[in-house]
Amino acid sequence: MTRTGEGTLAFPGLSARLAWYYSTTDAKKRVSAAALAGWLPKKGDRVERFDAIVIGGGLVGAAIAYGLARAGLGTLMLDEGDGAFRASRGNFGLVWVQSKGEGAPHYQRWTRRSADEWPGLAAELLDRTGIAVDHHRPGGVHLCLGEAEFDDRRERMERMRRQSGNLGFDYRMLDHREVADLLPGIGPAVTGASWTPYDGHANPLALLRALHRGFVDRGGHYIPEAAVGDATAAARNFRIASAAGEFAAPRVVAAAGLGNAALSPLFGLNAPVRPQRGQILVTERARHLLPMPTTTIRQTDEGSIMLGDSQEDVGFDTGQTAPVMQAIARRAVLSFPWLRDLQIVRAWAALRVMPPDGLPIYDQSELYPGAFTVNCHSGVTLAAAHANLLAPMIAAGALDASLDLFSAKRFDVPAAA
Amino acid sequence: MFRLRRNGGPASVAVVVEGALVHVVPGASAAAAVLAAGFASIRETPVTGAGRAPYCMMGVCYDCLAEIDGIPNQQSCMVETRASMRIRRQLGARQLDPPNQHNE
Amino acid sequence: MNSVEFAIIGAGPAGLAAAALAGEFGLDTMLIDEQGSPGGQIYRAVETARADSPLGPDYLAGSHLVAAMRAARIEYRPGTTLWHLDPGGPLFLAHAGRTETVFARRVLLATGAIERPVPIPGWTLPGVMTVGAAQILLKSADLIPAGDIVLAGQGPLLYLLAAQLVQAGSPPRAILETTPGANYREALLALRRRWPGLRPLLKGLGSILAVKRAGVRRRCGVRGLRAIGHARLERVVWQGGEIAADHLLLHQGVIPDIQISLALQLRHEWDDGQLCWRPVLDPWGQTSTPSVAVAGDAGGIAGAAAARLSGQLAALDAAMLLGRINGPERDRRAATVRAALAREQALRPFLDRLYRPQRSILAPEEDDTIVCRCEEVTAGAIRRAARLGASGPNQVKAFTRCGMGPCQGRICGPIVGALIADTLGRPIADAGTWRPRAPYKPISVGALADLDAGV
Repeated sequence: MTRTGEGTLAFPGLSARLAWYYSTTDAKKRVSAAALAGWLPKKGDRVERFDAIVIGGGLVGAAIAYGLARAGLGTLMLDEGDGAFRASRGNFGLVWVQSKGEGAPHYQRWTRRSADEWPGLAAELLDRTGIAVDHHRPGGVHLCLGEAEFDDRRERMERMRRQSGNLGFDYRMLDHREVADLLPGIGPAVTGASWTPYDGHANPLALLRALHRGFVDRGGHYIPEAAVGDATAAARNFRIASAAGEFAAPRVVAAAGLGNAALSPLFGLNAPVRPQRGQILVTERARHLLPMPTTTIRQTDEGSIMLGDSQEDVGFDTGQTAPVMQAIARRAVLSFPWLRDLQIVRAWAALRVMPPDGLPIYDQSELYPGAFTVNCHSGVTLAAAHANLLAPMIAAGALDASLDLFSAKRFDVPAAA
Repeated sequence: MFRLRRNGGPASVAVVVEGALVHVVPGASAAAAVLAAGFASIRETPVTGAGRAPYCMMGVCYDCLAEIDGIPNQQSCMVETRASMRIRRQLGARQLDPPNQHNE
Repeated sequence: MNSVEFAIIGAGPAGLAAAALAGEFGLDTMLIDEQGSPGGQIYRAVETARADSPLGPDYLAGSHLVAAMRAARIEYRPGTTLWHLDPGGPLFLAHAGRTETVFARRVLLATGAIERPVPIPGWTLPGVMTVGAAQILLKSADLIPAGDIVLAGQGPLLYLLAAQLVQAGSPPRAILETTPGANYREALLALRRRWPGLRPLLKGLGSILAVKRAGVRRRCGVRGLRAIGHARLERVVWQGGEIAADHLLLHQGVIPDIQISLALQLRHEWDDGQLCWRPVLDPWGQTSTPSVAVAGDAGGIAGAAAARLSGQLAALDAAMLLGRINGPERDRRAATVRAALAREQALRPFLDRLYRPQRSILAPEEDDTIVCRCEEVTAGAIRRAARLGASGPNQVKAFTRCGMGPCQGRICGPIVGALIADTLGRPIADAGTWRPRAPYKPISVGALADLDAGV
């Protein structure tokens, strides 16, 4: 629900976005200027060919593109511009396992695999690009305020453990005193918490930059302001028409975030993702105090403390709202009363890319083999899986059977009985 | 270094800057008091520890951050001095002192 | 929750004039200003200024504007910061660490101007500040820099402050004028095209003569300015010269303070004459959002007198939109204001061309130069990010942390756009603007937690 001023359109979020976009940019001027800058092939009859085209330069696209380039494929990554929605710019930074996949043990398994691959990816990126992504895996805590929350959480953790089968699910429910031993200055309102050793956090923007740097260093081609308008598809033969020219490849990956809903059908794929807004507050830098992240409060390596979050169904509106900001601040202060005095120096709202059941959608086109769609709201947590596990599958031409449960076929309405 | 202008003043407001008494005219900001006290820099950045002094004096640059009456990281150019205000330079990121949870 | 008809942000000449006139029309008006006393920057501390102030009669004349506001039946809220505005909805204010929500039917942004950032090597050294900063210290604290003072840059404020320092008993050691030679030619052409009258030109000359009479050394056409020193400024160096200095006061003109108008995502356009972004406005200051208008330098630099007049136009428009007068009445009253405004704006093309900054001021050439003062991000890091594909200030921010500090891009935003344009070989307008967010100025977690959102 958004507040509109007098006389605005019925879909203020969209009009606001369009107004923002067109007030500050001119597509044609940008494209020719970029051509001058030597970024792209000149428009014309020539269609540049690659081994793989990844549409989308956020955390999902960049991780996959990096994996493909690392595997030796000549890869093109097409991206939108500065004013696009860019879920990756709004990410909180958790590499989070404990909440994932209740009732869907395959998701918990996939997430655990990614979390286990993460340290290796972080080290590799540091080694190859010199960029530190500040990954830490000290375990993580989900704070519960009140008995009801605590009981709820305990039941949920127990269900996760039961569903985990051979994989196991190591968690502990901590009471107030145990939480106080782990985290300094916990408030009296904190009844307890769930803890697992699997959780951690990282710097999402450093990750994005490192993946981009690593991609380019491995010979990848990156073109921003290249929104994809149209495509022609045939088995292992795709032709993409973008604002920056036309390109062809035997493999195409739709990793365009919210844009995937419109993009995937071009390749015979279905990606019914919708926006879910989240708001985040960030405090001034402080000397280090929090030894591990919680689901809604974490301290970055620079010392800022990030406070989240919200789950709002408001369409494509990236506006901030005082009631949500207040709710975030209130819960933060209840959790750690000493947060009161810290100044909030910035905040934002961003749109998560949310599949209908919250689980990733990984799919390959049956109509046009060689086309894939990749969708999730946990671009940081799953970055390692995307780079190290998914990209090799895409390079080889088909997804493992282990990912079948992530196919969009699960949304198909069954025939009436 | 800054000094009172010719025919300026009277500097009738007494504040304490880094433990020393400083006099400023009514209406002067805390940042002005630090400059009047003779300090070259008012803070050390949390990023590299570099010394900084106020750059804009109008609330835009945030280089005037100082600790005022015990509260760190305030825009001292936006805070009007009051008698016996205690001003200290802001050295790096703020220190946090959460209360001890156990009854010790 | 408190409710008003007309909320004005900023108590400089535009806001003061708008408030006084709004009061005359009986509009239920709230004037909100973050400074503790009225006058904005140009008339800072004018209420307590003495008649013998070295700042001169033009400054003292601002006291009439302040007095008119004081006499008006409006609510004046000093020391109050707007930290979030929902267009068509409430204003969220902070005062003395507490938050407050106010609903206003119409909002006027009169946030004025800020100094154009001057990113020369060493500009973050203690001892380097803007000419405006030195002037604020003089106005509000009766303080002048001690030791060797060097002024450097271009723009009307440069000689004005120099003359004020002479008057206050602390003449600068030197003035380093960076005005490129080509600017004089362009400026004379502008004079030929539109003659602004002798008086404004003579006024500017007055400051220059006063400074010359005091024997202050001048260098013209200065390039390659840099500030050198260890823990603080020790000397100022330029191509072909250097001088020891305790204080370097920089000035390269002023630019509109668009932080709030950008946060509201109003339409903005690049003004190539003034080399700055400004909100797109109709002749009454109306923006692309129906309930929001802009007056004064926040809508484009035109000086204090023009700001006062544009504040009046915005108040007239508000009076009509809020039902006090009709269209023809508004236009009738506006006629004399517009005529005066046209006269005030006549000198602007000349000034804009004469004081057009060098390219290297907009986009520092040396990679080591700090661009983001808060996060200490260099020009080199920003150029690298642009080459990696960051095509606008928001992507640059994501890649480098430039703009993540407390100033939220106020200082670095303009520089980043120019650097991107420079690196990618495209016009500055194409790089776009940074996107500020609420809170427009920091508020504490506690104050936010205690907010009565009232909706």
